[in-house]
Parts: sequence; structure tokens; C-alpha cells
Amino acid sequence: MSSFRQDVENNVPALRRYARVLTRDGELADDLVQDTLVRALRSEHLFHGGEVRSWLFTILTNLNRNRLRALARRPTTASLEDDDAPDASGPEAGGRDIERALSLLAEEQKQVLLLVVLEGLSYREVADIQGIPIGTVMSRLARARAQIKAYLDGERPALRRVK
Amino acid sequence: MHRDPPVTEDELHAFVDGELPADRLADIEAWLNTHPDDAIRVAAWQAQAAAIRSHFSATLRDVEPKPLKIDSLMQRSRKWPAIVAAMVVAAFVVGGFAGWMGHNTTTGGPATEEPAEMAAPSDPTDQLARQALAAHKLYIGEIRHPVEVSAAEPYLTPWLSRRIGTTLRIPDFSAFDMKLLGGRLLPGESGPAALLMYENGNGDRITFYSAKLQAPQTSFRYYQSDNVAAIRWVVGDVGYAVTGPADKMRLKEFAKAAFEQLENRAPPPSNTRSSNQPLISRQFNGQ
Repeated sequence: MSSFRQDVENNVPALRRYARVLTRDGELADDLVQDTLVRALRSEHLFHGGEVRSWLFTILTNLNRNRLRALARRPTTASLEDDDAPDASGPEAGGRDIERALSLLAEEQKQVLLLVVLEGLSYREVADIQGIPIGTVMSRLARARAQIKAYLDGERPALRRVK
Repeated sequence: MHRDPPVTEDELHAFVDGELPADRLADIEAWLNTHPDDAIRVAAWQAQAAAIRSHFSATLRDVEPKPLKIDSLMQRSRKWPAIVAAMVVAAFVVGGFAGWMGHNTTTGGPATEEPAEMAAPSDPTDQLARQALAAHKLYIGEIRHPVEVSAAEPYLTPWLSRRIGTTLRIPDFSAFDMKLLGGRLLPGESGPAALLMYENGNGDRITFYSAKLQAPQTSFRYYQSDNVAAIRWVVGDVGYAVTGPADKMRLKEFAKAAFEQLENRAPPPSNTRSSNQPLISRQFNGQ
């Protein structure tokens, strides 16, 4: 197997993890990852060195963005933010709280935070993946963290301005 | 002057994420010792990170996914309609355009931009833009079937041309690294419309919409809807719209390129990778 394909394959677990967190749906996540892989392998000739990992995350991020844009047109009935306070405390509550807090973030903020914290990507890599300046990475990260902290501290999410 | 340069919030994040330059580490630690508010924030961020990691690694252990095998993926992908044709500058027969040459833009031409809100819904050019936006949003989300007929099919242009009732012209966006995927036929307000989709190696997509339109010739106009925007113009009896991410300057570059290619048949910009290929020629297949 070529080293390019090996690099791609090595990144599959991280891609799947990230896709799962993004979509919160195992099947959808695997679809996204498969499409990312197919696209990457098909476009190997376009890849001229650099980090395979960043490139794969870029593709996945764009595919997911396309998906969300398509979804945004459909009327949705779920109300996400109105009547959910943090879960009652208890040994199992921590994980649900953090998941809930993440789900309230704007998509771009959530992605920045997850790429940095969960995938350990550098600010530079995240900036490349999202196609934004590093300053914007920093401000998204800051807003994400401030909002999660506020949520976990018990503020009602509806009171927070989400930008 | 300052013994300690002030610590910025960015640096606190960098501290948490291990991105701080080594020579700043001691400064930040000293700062945190004397600034309890910042220390509390930093601790909270670290706790968030730990919670995220432990939560999701637990979640993922629970759902052990089936292995994804690259080889089987590749087999699957080979069955897809070949989106090959490295530089399918899909093309059209010149002859049909004789009459077209007569149409020249008025003074400013489409380079003059009139940003606008969605105006009266009855304006056919606004309708065209709205339909282009709707089609774009619907189809860019399609992963397996973004187009009806792939760019590799030689009948793409003749077929769409016949159906929309005018010779379809396909802009070449290879200067933007955008490759034609193919096209589809759509119902439109004033008749059938053709939607062409382009994609770059990162999976970014833009679309080019054209339909016959009874409307006065107009210059560029920008419409935005959520994260997506369109620029539309009318030349002759055809309305055009380029639709993509809501980035006005970038989209305008696409619109300008398309307009110039279609109207003046100017050579593609010098940095285009297909500079050896004629912009307008008979349809040919990739190689």
C-alpha cells in the first residue's frame, strides 16, 4: 500500500470519532467518513505533500457543512434550547452535561473546540481546515469555552448570546 | 518597562492546549498564581477538555463500529459515475452563438454590482436567483448523486441545451480549482433550467444556473440566503446565476469569470491550469 493510503487509513479512527461527535449518529458518521475517504483517495493526485490528516479533516468538514446546508432548508420541529437545564447531578450526569453543552454551541464553535480538544489538532491546522484566520479560531474557541462554562455553571442557555 | 508582559486570553487558551511557546510558560504560570479569576477559568477549560475526552472515548467504546476497509471503498467508488475528465472544459458549438455577439453590455456591464435585498417576488430575475439558491442548497448536500449527468458524458451539453431551449454554455472554473461534476435539468418559473455543479478537491461546491428568461439585460446582483449566496445577471434572453458560499468577493470572481467567458469568450485567466485548451470547442472527453 502506498504511504499516502497508509496515512489515510491511519486517520480513519480519528475521522470516525470526530464525525460521530459532529453528527451524533453512527450511521451518518460512517457515511461521512466513507465519503471523505473515497474523495481523498480519488483525489490523491491533487495532494502535494503536507499533512494528510488536516486535508482529511478539511474534506470531512466541508462535506458535513454541505450536509447541514441541505438540512437547514428542511423545516425542523425540534426545539433545542428552550427547556433544558443541566441534568440533575449524579455519577452519570457529567458526560450528558458536556454533550448537552456542546450541542448548544454554534456549529463552527463546536468544531473548533472538538478539533483542538478531542483530536489534538494545532490552531494552525484548525484554521486551515475551516479556512479561517487563526484569530477567528481563537475567538470561536473562546466563545465555545465561555458558553460551556456558563452552561455548566447553571446559567440558562437561552440567556446567552450565541454568535 | 513591564517586567511581565500582560497575559492575553489567547495565551490562556494556548496554555490549556499546549500551544504556548516554551519561553512564555513560566510567565503564564506566574500570572495564574497571582490572578485567581484567570486560574479558575483555566481550570474550568481544562475540566471541559477532560470531560469531552472521557465522555467521547467512552461513547465510542460502547459503539464499536464495523471496520471501514479502504480497499472495499475503492471498489465501490469505481462503480460511481466517473467524475474524471481532469479538465473537462465542457464546451459547445460556436456557430449557435453568432447572434450572441451582438449583445454587449451597457456602460458599466455586469462589473457594476448592485447589492440588493430580495425585491418584489414577481420580478423574474429575482425568481431566477431564488430558484438558483434553492437548487443549490438542495443539491450540494447530495453526496452520491450531486448531478444527474456526469461531466464525463458527452451528451451533457447537447441534452441540457435542447431542454432549456438555448445553447448551454458551460463556464470553466478550473482557475479556481473547481472542476465540473456534471449537471441536471430543473423545472423553473419560466421554463426548464440547467444546473451545473462544480467541486474542488476539498469538497467545496458551487453551482451555475441558467434558464431562458424574458427580462431586460441586467448587471450583477447579489442575493444571500443563510450561508449561501447567488449572483445573477441576464444577457440576451438567458438568465444566469452563480451560487456558492456567502462570500461576496469570492463569488463575484466566479460571476465575473463566467460572464467574461460567456460574453466575450476571453481566454481563461493566465493562472488557469487548462490554458492550453480552447475555451470553446466541440465537446471532448477529458484526455
